[in-house]
Amino acid sequence: MGQLLMRGMLAGLLAALLAFSFAKVYGEPQVDRAITFEEHQHSHSGNAEEPELVSREVQASIGLFTGVVVFGTALGGLFALAYAFVGGRLVHFPPRTTAILIAVLGFLAVYIVPYLKYPANPPAVGDPDTITYRTQLFFGMIAFSIAAMAIAISAGRQFADKLGGWNAILAGGAIYVVLTALAAYMLPPINEVPKTFPADLLWNFRVVSFGIQGILWIGIGLVFGLLTDRALGRKAHLS
Amino acid sequence: MSYFAIAHDSVASPIPLREILPWAIFGGLLFLLAMYFVGVEEGAMAIFNGMYVHEFVHDGRHLLGFPCH
Repeated sequence: MGQLLMRGMLAGLLAALLAFSFAKVYGEPQVDRAITFEEHQHSHSGNAEEPELVSREVQASIGLFTGVVVFGTALGGLFALAYAFVGGRLVHFPPRTTAILIAVLGFLAVYIVPYLKYPANPPAVGDPDTITYRTQLFFGMIAFSIAAMAIAISAGRQFADKLGGWNAILAGGAIYVVLTALAAYMLPPINEVPKTFPADLLWNFRVVSFGIQGILWIGIGLVFGLLTDRALGRKAHLS
Repeated sequence: MSYFAIAHDSVASPIPLREILPWAIFGGLLFLLAMYFVGVEEGAMAIFNGMYVHEFVHDGRHLLGFPCH
């Protein structure tokens, strides 16, 4: 179990290094543009510029690196816990298949679906006074989406004996879609995009954010599956 | 669950829940705390005073999709 956890964190670290490179090349130009917009707005409204606690250079290099690596490694660790719980218990696939399945469903439930309701926002988008409210809604949507995924999977497993594997997966998928669509309908919308904020910048920023999380999730799934497959192969070889 | 099964030598038997639980509790808490510092600290909630953690991980927080500011 300790080995599994280390493997997860290693997979997370490797995926995070890749995600950091992607974020640095594709993400930082968008962040810089958004900050330029923000400063431009401040200078027009006559507000004093915020004092710079951490320089832009540090934010865009070590700061970004630390953020992505810490997040990615922790995600890899949580991934290993999920794998330990699911592997051989809920699914009986070989390691690489199990790992990529967890990665795809996790990416969908933890990031993609909540993101469709409350997408990532660049600097200059978002009212500081509503941060607590927005954070609660953001995590509320994630919690609901994870719960809906759990319900869909357990329902799908119940259906499997009666409907067969294919139809059970369709039924489970339908349950997940309906539950999360309901949640997205009922939760309040958030739109704090300034009126003159460039639309292409907002789009690009959100695409990059999606890409970073995609690299993390899929990267962890592939690397973790590969490492676990090798470790099991070695064990089988020795015995 | 035979309909999901694929014949393969390397399918491991499940790790007993008793063995997972302590790792899940301590590891899970540690990982979530790490994510909290990257994603939330000095935003909606704060353990430390000031804005240093927030400003340091600022770009990552935005790009990873957390609400910020």
